[in-house]
Amino acid sequence: MGLALAKLAQWTAAGHGAGTLEITPLNEAILKEIITFVESFIYKYPQEAKFVFVEPLEWNTSLAPSEFESGYVVSETTVKSEEVDKNGQPLLFLSVPQIKIRSFGQLSRLLFIAKTAKLKEAQACVEANRDPIVKILGSDYNTMKEDSIALNILDKITRDDDPEREIKKKIAMLLKQLDQHLLNHSLKHISLEISLNPMTVKKDIELLKRFSGKGDQTVLESIEYTSDYEFSNGCRAPPWRQIHGEMCYVLVKPHDGETLCVTCSAGGVFLNGGKTDDEEDINYERKGSIYKDLVTFLREKSPQFLENMSKQGISFNEEQQKEKDPLSEAPKKDEAAAFHKDISGSDKRSLEKNQINFGRNQMTKRLEPSLNWKTTVNYKQSKGSVKEIQEDKHTGKLEKTRLSVSLGRAQLRRKSAEKIEEIISDSSSESEEDEEPPDHRQEANADLPSEYWQIQKLVKYLKGGNQTATVIALCSMRDFNLAQETCQLAIRDVGGLEVLINLLETDEVKCKIGSLKILKEISHNPQIRRNIVDLGGLPIMVNILDSPHKSLKCLAAETIANVAKFTRARRVVRQYGGITKLVALLDCAHDSTEPAQLSLYEARDVEVARCGALALWSCSKSHANKEAMRKAGGFPLLAQLLKTPHENMLIPVVGTLQECASEENYRAAIKAGRIIESLVKNLSSQNEQLQEHCAMAIYQCAEDEETRDLVRLHGGLKPLASLLNKTDNKERLAAVTGAIWKCSISKENVTKFREYKAIETLVGLLTDQPEEVLVNVVGALGECCQELENRVIIRKCGGIQPLVNLLVGINQALLVNVTKVVGACAVEPESMMIIDRLDGVRLLWSLLKNPHPDVKASAAWALCPCIENAKDAGEMVRSFVGGLELIVNLLKSDNKEVLASVCAAITNIAKDRENLAVITDHGVVPLLSKLANTNNNKLRHHLAEAISRCCMWGRNRVAFGEHKAVAPLVRYLKSSDTNVHRATAQALYQLSEDADNCITMHENGAVKLLLDMVGSPDQDLQEAAAGCISNIRRLALATEKARYT
Amino acid sequence: MNRKKLQKLTDTLTKNCKHFNKFEVNCLIRLFYNLVGGVERQGLIIGLDRNAFRNILHVTFGMTDDMIMDRVFRAFDKDNDGCVNVSEWVHGLSLFLRGSLEEKMKYCFEVFDLNGDGFISKEEMFHMLKNSLLKQPTEEDPDEGIKDLVEITLKKMDHDHDGKLSFADYELAVRKETLLLEAFGPCLPDPKVLIARWNLKLKYSKIQMNSMICEYLNVYIVSKRSWMYIEKSLKLLDFL
Repeated sequence: MGLALAKLAQWTAAGHGAGTLEITPLNEAILKEIITFVESFIYKYPQEAKFVFVEPLEWNTSLAPSEFESGYVVSETTVKSEEVDKNGQPLLFLSVPQIKIRSFGQLSRLLFIAKTAKLKEAQACVEANRDPIVKILGSDYNTMKEDSIALNILDKITRDDDPEREIKKKIAMLLKQLDQHLLNHSLKHISLEISLNPMTVKKDIELLKRFSGKGDQTVLESIEYTSDYEFSNGCRAPPWRQIHGEMCYVLVKPHDGETLCVTCSAGGVFLNGGKTDDEEDINYERKGSIYKDLVTFLREKSPQFLENMSKQGISFNEEQQKEKDPLSEAPKKDEAAAFHKDISGSDKRSLEKNQINFGRNQMTKRLEPSLNWKTTVNYKQSKGSVKEIQEDKHTGKLEKTRLSVSLGRAQLRRKSAEKIEEIISDSSSESEEDEEPPDHRQEANADLPSEYWQIQKLVKYLKGGNQTATVIALCSMRDFNLAQETCQLAIRDVGGLEVLINLLETDEVKCKIGSLKILKEISHNPQIRRNIVDLGGLPIMVNILDSPHKSLKCLAAETIANVAKFTRARRVVRQYGGITKLVALLDCAHDSTEPAQLSLYEARDVEVARCGALALWSCSKSHANKEAMRKAGGFPLLAQLLKTPHENMLIPVVGTLQECASEENYRAAIKAGRIIESLVKNLSSQNEQLQEHCAMAIYQCAEDEETRDLVRLHGGLKPLASLLNKTDNKERLAAVTGAIWKCSISKENVTKFREYKAIETLVGLLTDQPEEVLVNVVGALGECCQELENRVIIRKCGGIQPLVNLLVGINQALLVNVTKVVGACAVEPESMMIIDRLDGVRLLWSLLKNPHPDVKASAAWALCPCIENAKDAGEMVRSFVGGLELIVNLLKSDNKEVLASVCAAITNIAKDRENLAVITDHGVVPLLSKLANTNNNKLRHHLAEAISRCCMWGRNRVAFGEHKAVAPLVRYLKSSDTNVHRATAQALYQLSEDADNCITMHENGAVKLLLDMVGSPDQDLQEAAAGCISNIRRLALATEKARYT
Repeated sequence: MNRKKLQKLTDTLTKNCKHFNKFEVNCLIRLFYNLVGGVERQGLIIGLDRNAFRNILHVTFGMTDDMIMDRVFRAFDKDNDGCVNVSEWVHGLSLFLRGSLEEKMKYCFEVFDLNGDGFISKEEMFHMLKNSLLKQPTEEDPDEGIKDLVEITLKKMDHDHDGKLSFADYELAVRKETLLLEAFGPCLPDPKVLIARWNLKLKYSKIQMNSMICEYLNVYIVSKRSWMYIEKSLKLLDFL
């Protein structure tokens, strides 16, 4: 017990004499064990419980005398037990607050009395009696003594044959057992903790400080404590935070990021809330995960730190080693010294003295708990008798191996902690790219497949073999199923990637070929890709592209093609000039003079170009790379390669072109470079993938009218139409329908498609297709619907029903397209009937609530023909509860397209007088008037129409005048758009029925403008303008008449 | 050597050599005599002895392994008379520099089949690979790695599982993976040596000059571009 208490319990640093126990889980556990021991003592060993201690255990209790009951003589301030020793002294004597107890029986009883305060009492007892065993059994039994000596004494005791001694011996044994038990028990606790302490943290920070400063080579820009004051226990945190185990706060400024405010606590290192605005205070809340020490923390937070650390790694580690060594060395020396003294000192007293020294050493050494506990225990256990001490001369050595064992274990623990951190950081920090999945390493202890060990062996040969052995190992490694993730990860986990990449830097052609062949395969795995980039593999491969060996070029390009599937990798390729080199590879192919026989390890030029195109394809997914490719002159080469007959060459080439066609520059070049012709030709190829990419490229380019015409002229519409019938490959179908959609923007193309019966097929594709296909199909139908004939076809093929069904979807692009088609179909009364029957108008109307303005506008446009053509439209519109209010409120939108479409819808709604009355009540007039000041011709057109319609009700004409809508309307007449003119003239004609409006118009110079309009070839416009003038004129005449009469 | 004789020799050798044209053969012959340091006199056959040949292999073709170089010498020296004569020289170089995969496979197998019994046995493999691994001082059996490597190789190449490599085994493996052509040691010119060495500085010691000419020849033979260099080297030949 004594030993455990002295060495295990964590005493506060506030001096040895009157130290108090820290409140730690470990201490608590120890105390609880002691309590259970003492509590049960009275039952288990009734005989021994009566044994009277040599000296009483004394401490200040918090128990009041009143709490003692039977068996005690209780007075106001004192309590005496009825139980007395031989001399009649009570075994328990309490004189508030001091208590003296002289037997285990009384101790047990006391604990019962204490009830909830047990722990407190036990703690007070242990604190006050730092060496309980001496007090209990007498100084012969000094706890710090060796067992051997204790045994010796025990021998003596037995020889004395004294019954009391017998009991003493028994108790000594029991206490020893407890001690042993406590040690074992607490060891479990210790091993669970990752505990930092002020000293190690301080050392870490000092070390980092030494490597910090300005300049690129240092690991950090600065590292500082938040507080200059250091408490005597080595902490810098304020006392009220120290109880949470926090030791200090550090401000760290890495080279590549914000200043981090970090908390170092006994439980680990973590990011806190940082300094608050009032300067002095820190937000102590934890903001990130806990790391085992400062260095690990910084490694995670700052890549630059990691890099510079690895550069300075060796020196840093050495320093750290040096720092650590004295720490672990010192106690060892002390121990060794103690041993030597043990050996030399034969008499008991000197031995005792040394033991005390030793104990003190143990106390001061409590800096690195886990290590020291370990050694202490081992030390203790290693000794059975005095004689053995002689042999322990070598303990120094022994100790060392043990130390390394425990170190190893600590590392293991650390490793698993790191693993967890890694996973956390992977999922959080890699926001960069979708295709970077969390890294999962194979569990070290999980059942590893046999391949793992075989691969590990091969990697060993790769590392330690010459060229010949390396080639054999590489060839043998290729025999594994490299497409399998286990093998891929095994290669990485045994450090194979580093070696493979390293081989690329040698000048052994065969090794490079072998290594690239493996890298090419395993880089299909996204994790491996990322590892390759992390290990700096890409720049090396980019350099290999310059190699004179064609097969090397090919393999390097293919590997790059695999690796460059994510943004970071593509960026690296570009930064190291890879794009230019890859473009140069394309150039090989036109050299038609190929040697008949290929030399060893060589590949054909065509193959080189193909691999180059593959890599460019991967790279061309980044905007900057497309630009770099264009600058490197990639386009003409791609165009040239497009003329080759090889399918496996065409796929990457067309794929690259398709990616690039998203750029305006490339589209222009494609148009000019006779590329469309080749694309169209390849649509008829047998390869599905090639067809897909060709269609995709056409889809990208066909936004341009000339391109659409080119597609038609080169006969591309027919193959597109025929590909529509092959619905098995959805990607291809999506590409083909996309191409058809864009091509059908041209009327001539639509005619062709009708000839090829494409419209019927498209209608057939309206069901059971993925969304990507549906969007394109509906888009294409939308374009075709502009013609009456096609609308009829759609109706006859039963296309209306599936179209209306699609109105309930959520895909924005799809909804825009569907509403467009439905609107176009609604133009036809017969189709309209079907739509009406299917409740399509209600569905359209509810789309007005869609959050996307495009959908809103498109739905409003579609509503116009619906209202126009529906039978009993007024009634239908009224039947939508809240519908009119909804649409009027849309006039508050700030999207011009939405406004124009809603104005158009209102024009149609207002044709019904009742509805007009309703929307007037909803305040349509002021809303429309507010919109009057606009320059957008489309909006002006529909707005003027709406105004003209809304004038038909009540005093709306006057109201428009009051809301100052007239003057802006007059200005519309100066616009260049005749549609605007007509609508405006009609609106003005309606408004001119009101005298005040006429005056406003006249004031704004409407008459002259209207006079011009009267001469317009547009009859409606003529009529409206003339009517308006006549109204104005009539008013003038009336005024004159009134004046003269 | 007089012109006529040279002409005749060139013609005969050109007839038997499919990879070189007449001019190239001529060059090689002149190079040979230059390396040997004289022409043959009556009845006395002269040629490159083992050491001279090994020197050439080392300096020109970048070979380092002593045992392999010995084997290469034996493969060149068809008639087993201890020296490479002019016709063996031309034939050997023809394979070295222009040989087809089939020829090279035959040649390599011959090199690796140390005792010439038509099989590469485990022992032969062990012998050839014994220096291929870095010795780990900690390992109990330093040869264990080599033995394991031999097993790996057998697993990879021994298709009929008889514990040794026949030519058929070897051929199959090489056709599947060309890298295995020189599975047991580099016995063909290093590809990086064959690729242009334009940057070499001229140094006028005799041996270096010879090797330099070899290199020019290589360059020529490989790339067909360095006509000028050949002429220059031939002029240098006349000097020596």
